[in-house]
Amino acid sequence: MDVVLLSRIQFALTVGFHFLFPPITIGLAWLLVLIEWRGWRTGDDTWVRMGRFFARLLALTFAVGVATGIVMEFQFGTNWAAYSKFVGDIFGAPLAAEGVLAFFLESGFLGLYLFGRGRVSKGAHWFSILMVAVGSTISAFWILVANSWQQTPAGYVVEHGRAELASFGAAVFNPSTLPRFFHTVDAALIAGAFVVAGVAAYLLRRNRDDDLARRALRLALVFGLVASVAEVFPFGHVHARQVAHTQPEKFAAIEGLYTGQSAAPMVLFAYPVTPPPELKAKIEVRGVLSWLAFGDMNAPIRGITDFAPQDRPPLWLTFVSFHNMVVLGLYFIAATAWGVWRLRGGRLWDDRRYLRLLIVSIPLPLAACQLGWMAAEVGRQPWIVYHLLRTSDAASASVPAGDVWFSLVLGGVVYLLLGSLYVYLLVREIRHGPPGPELHQA
Amino acid sequence: MDLNTIWFLLVGVLIAGYAVLDGFDLGTGVLHLVTRDERERRVMMNAIGPVWDGNEVWLLTGGGALFAAFPPVYATVFSGFYLAFTLLLVALILRAVSFEFRSKVDSHRWRRVWDVAFGVGSLVPALLFGVAVGNVLRGLETDAAGIRTTLPGLLNPYALLIGVLGLVMFVLHGATYLGLKTEGPLQARMRGWASAAWVAFIALYAVSTVASWAVAPYLFEHFAANPLTWVFFALLLAACVTGPAAVHASRFGRAFLASAAATVSVIALAAEGLFPRLVPARPDLAASLTIYNAASTPRTLETMLVIALVGMPLVVLYTVLIYRAFRGKTVLTPESY
Repeated sequence: MDVVLLSRIQFALTVGFHFLFPPITIGLAWLLVLIEWRGWRTGDDTWVRMGRFFARLLALTFAVGVATGIVMEFQFGTNWAAYSKFVGDIFGAPLAAEGVLAFFLESGFLGLYLFGRGRVSKGAHWFSILMVAVGSTISAFWILVANSWQQTPAGYVVEHGRAELASFGAAVFNPSTLPRFFHTVDAALIAGAFVVAGVAAYLLRRNRDDDLARRALRLALVFGLVASVAEVFPFGHVHARQVAHTQPEKFAAIEGLYTGQSAAPMVLFAYPVTPPPELKAKIEVRGVLSWLAFGDMNAPIRGITDFAPQDRPPLWLTFVSFHNMVVLGLYFIAATAWGVWRLRGGRLWDDRRYLRLLIVSIPLPLAACQLGWMAAEVGRQPWIVYHLLRTSDAASASVPAGDVWFSLVLGGVVYLLLGSLYVYLLVREIRHGPPGPELHQA
Repeated sequence: MDLNTIWFLLVGVLIAGYAVLDGFDLGTGVLHLVTRDERERRVMMNAIGPVWDGNEVWLLTGGGALFAAFPPVYATVFSGFYLAFTLLLVALILRAVSFEFRSKVDSHRWRRVWDVAFGVGSLVPALLFGVAVGNVLRGLETDAAGIRTTLPGLLNPYALLIGVLGLVMFVLHGATYLGLKTEGPLQARMRGWASAAWVAFIALYAVSTVASWAVAPYLFEHFAANPLTWVFFALLLAACVTGPAAVHASRFGRAFLASAAATVSVIALAAEGLFPRLVPARPDLAASLTIYNAASTPRTLETMLVIALVGMPLVVLYTVLIYRAFRGKTVLTPESY
């Protein structure tokens, strides 16, 4: 295996593992902004205890998120030196901005949030979790600016053997930045909602701290429903449109459109096979794809065979990951809608089967995030910068394959350990439950 | 002053900021390894608990700034030191999670494991940062593909010397910080460590200066002419005189300022020697990466400068406020690690 392939595997594993944690962090942080607000403004101890409980889960998640995030900051340099030299004039700036404008904010104020209760005023303490939420969201913005520039580069010229900045505004607000920002952050809100809902459901099933659990579940279900609907419409739709307009090869791959045509169909189910590119066991609806992508049922869309073979992304992985993400997205709407509906009758608390469903659904938004990212990044191949630089030309020339084997294996072992410990400790923390009223200090 | 020089200074500020802030975190972690008492270890961990994460961000931002302003340097150095970076990253990961994981299970063996993770996760970076700086100062063998180094090659005597200097500097800084944050026997112990570390630091710095002269004389090219040399040398001297005295008198506020001043001076003097090169090449110095031949475009440097000038003062402001919220001796609470 050569350096490029090893580095690709390593990047995929490290970024995939890392991105299990920020969605929980961002989602949970925003929910805690609401929870701690209630606790502060009403003085109601239940809300305060709920805040302290979920703060523990946030702390654990944030720590692993930071730990695995440091790797990402450095990996462009260690494994993708050719890429870094080519795009550094444009790509480095959002990363630096992420540090200056976001990392300091979220990390600094997290310390105050976790340890400052009682040391600062309640208002200042609430402000600290607000800054954690804001900081982590700004962080998402800047890293998505950088990644979006890879997808739809803009505001640059190629000169002196590298991409050079022509317009910062155009580079930052390239065609895919905003659609991806809203879609990704909303996905994080869904992740946070399902964590809170699932944990609350667990407490209800064990008849522990019923009042706290009910309030948490109610909040999470409503929050989750709004976030889940918005994720599909408008955010998912707008993002898919953007891909159709600006990344036709990726669009063809994720949608399984292999032959260019007008009145292009939306494929509801199929099994992609190559060669030649073909869909088996296909269930489709004619015209819907053209209508969704271009507002016209008869609009022509280019199929994957319209592109040279060396410019096509992998077909099976992109199709399967995209479609399963969508299925999960629809499930999130259904699951939260059902819960919100049952809330009205007040019969939700005794529905043990539904509560169990919520518990096992906790990791599903994370799975959806992973699948979405797979579609996004694999769908961009063979390009590391769309139409500008191929991934195969981007790796570090001076690093021997043996070194990458070493980091891949060592990293793999460490992450396996980390992941297992995280789950183990998270479950322990949940089982331990919220702090009791007698332990709580006002 | 041109943009490239401004960015040399800004990256230097980020590196110095990291050394002054996460420096005492790393030092605390190393001292944690040699502390026997369980309660003392908990206090030490919690002395840096609320602030270590924000401190570490200076490293990430420094890396990001290097990428933005001098992309070929970021790419060449990070890929050139590949194995060393791998070890560094694993160590930093272990340190980061050891805070959260350590107190989660009430088992002596569990805590010991995370004590080692915390200690090694602090010791390895404390050493490797100096080793990296030493290798850069010494100059690196370059070819068309980049830096040709091996891990054994990076652990040459000069680089190891600078590595140990850095380690001692961080231990000193950690000890003075802990002197501020602790009391009783623990504080007295830290006083002892700080005293010893000062002696070691001064001796090692003197030896390192001589070694640098022998190994990389080009570092001293502009020293005499540049007024800044004398400013930072005077600061370093003042720190080395007032620092030990302050430790001896148990005036830890002053002692901490002195160790911080020493840290900043050491980095400033090294940066000065390096300027305007960023990655000196050997044997042909003319092949070095400099702030001029390895920089981003003026447009990028300008844009980044605006972001830095807006963002960093804000960072300093709320960082100071957050530190103030935690001023005083470290107290163990139910929230503590």
